Amino acid sequence: MKRKRKKAAKQVMIYVLAFALCIYVLAPYAWLIISSISTKTDLLSKPLRWLPRKPTLENYLKIFLGTSGGTTSAANQFKYALGNSFLIAVVVTIIALAAGVLAAYAFARFNFRLKKSLFYSVIITQMVPPVALLIPMYIIYLRMDLTDSKTGLIIIYLSMTLPFVIWIMKGYLTNLPMDLEDAARVDGCSQMQAFFKIVLPLSGPGLASTAIFIFIMAWNEFFYAVNLTSSMTAKTVPVLITEFSSKAGYDFIMAATGGVLASIPPVVLSLVFQKFIVSGLTAGAVKS
Amino acid sequence: MPSKKSKLFLKHDSSKVLPRLLLLPGMVIIALVFVYPICYALLMSFHKVNVSNQTWSFAGISNYIAMFKDQYFLKAMGVTAKFTVLSVSFEMVIGTLMAVLLNQNFKGRGFVRGIMIIPWALPTVVNAIMWKWIFNANYGAFNALLTQLNLIDTYKAWLARPDTAFNCLLFANVWKETPYVVLLVLAGLQSIPHELYEAASVDGCGPIRGFFKITIPMIKQILLILLITKTIWTIQTYDVVSIMTAGGPASSTQLISYYVQKMSFKFFDFGVGSAMAFVIMLITFILSVCYVRSMAKNGEVI
Repeated sequence: MKRKRKKAAKQVMIYVLAFALCIYVLAPYAWLIISSISTKTDLLSKPLRWLPRKPTLENYLKIFLGTSGGTTSAANQFKYALGNSFLIAVVVTIIALAAGVLAAYAFARFNFRLKKSLFYSVIITQMVPPVALLIPMYIIYLRMDLTDSKTGLIIIYLSMTLPFVIWIMKGYLTNLPMDLEDAARVDGCSQMQAFFKIVLPLSGPGLASTAIFIFIMAWNEFFYAVNLTSSMTAKTVPVLITEFSSKAGYDFIMAATGGVLASIPPVVLSLVFQKFIVSGLTAGAVKS
Repeated sequence: MPSKKSKLFLKHDSSKVLPRLLLLPGMVIIALVFVYPICYALLMSFHKVNVSNQTWSFAGISNYIAMFKDQYFLKAMGVTAKFTVLSVSFEMVIGTLMAVLLNQNFKGRGFVRGIMIIPWALPTVVNAIMWKWIFNANYGAFNALLTQLNLIDTYKAWLARPDTAFNCLLFANVWKETPYVVLLVLAGLQSIPHELYEAASVDGCGPIRGFFKITIPMIKQILLILLITKTIWTIQTYDVVSIMTAGGPASSTQLISYYVQKMSFKFFDFGVGSAMAFVIMLITFILSVCYVRSMAKNGEVI
């Protein structure tokens, strides 16, 4: 009897805590979304109205059409920034994946001199503080005329994505059974033919999760972008949404609207491909 | 040099050239984006660099001396140390407890696990804007909530006072970074066989003792790796500071990455900036070596 009651109490406790956890995780983001569909009068009222009287998509129209009254040109530039962000993230993903998978295959299937130290060096590059790369890269870019260019950002984004691809894919490829490759080799395939015809198709799920991962990384990046870009030729969404200001100061409603839009690709991708991403995260941090 | 080990690979080692060719593109890029700029920065840290006309003049170790005499730099080191220790501790403790909760059986567990990925996926910039808006002095939701609950009488400028600004920044960072710990620890918890707990409970071991005697030892490796990587990444925090407080008020939230960026891009002292960047790199390098060692112990064999 006592034991049963104890069990029931534990069960209730779990539900209370789980509910609290949901509120903790969702409430701040929900508030950002609510702010983006509210009117100024609702948001500036005291006491604050938590739900808008009349939800509106006006702020979203403004951000795409740039027909804002007091707000600066930042809203006009939103669609360009969207294009830049998308292009940069896609190109970075393709290059990092292509170069990374080849290197990962070398680490997973071949034995060569200095292999171990080379691989550990690749891992350690992931720990280099971005500011230590930004300072010299800025000066180098000034000389090569690469500041404020998409190419410049793509190059520096490879520093955070390529080592990651090599690391994750090396783990993935090592775990693929070698039998099929061996069979192909016996049938007269060269090592590279075996790689393209057998290994690559087999590592589809691993490649997909890594691609999503680095796309999110490049899409979300702010530090390099804010310091290396200055105009619409290369400015990305994260940089632009920090620039919403009006005569009255920082425009929080437009920033919230831009923020929601900027977060849609990473949030939707990670919710849809959750299983992939979690297994990628796990493989990255811990090999077991 | 052929070793015994390479014989095992003979079948796949059709040529010595192939692995080098495979590595070539990746290694060229790594040389270009790591080796070259880092050497460049090392050189720069011994020069006085004039950005506007691109001239360098040799300055010996004067940049390093200037750095250690710079009170803001020393203060930023202190603030970063405090921020890192607090942030990582909260993330680890809260994250582990959340993971334990999400490992229990209850209805809707899949949903709660699912939404945990949202803060992780959110761009750091959006996270910072969101919390800056919530902590806003005049219209913020945090002020509204506390007033409506009668916890405060008047709205407060949370980001304008050194102590509260630091705590707001810490909270915003912990909120965003904890889910990563939750997801990894949860994966670790799921690999613990249930029989272990059953056997322990037959022996009269309660849930709290079970947590310390079984759970923690079983996920020790994950926790260690999380601790090191989280520490390295937290030392590098920039975005949230730059947007929420810009290092203020009175440099109470000026983290080291933010200050080094400012030294270079606002004060245009790229020489001293490089010297400072090198010191941060040295600290993270030491931590990285610990990381690689703990990974090697964890069975990462090449």
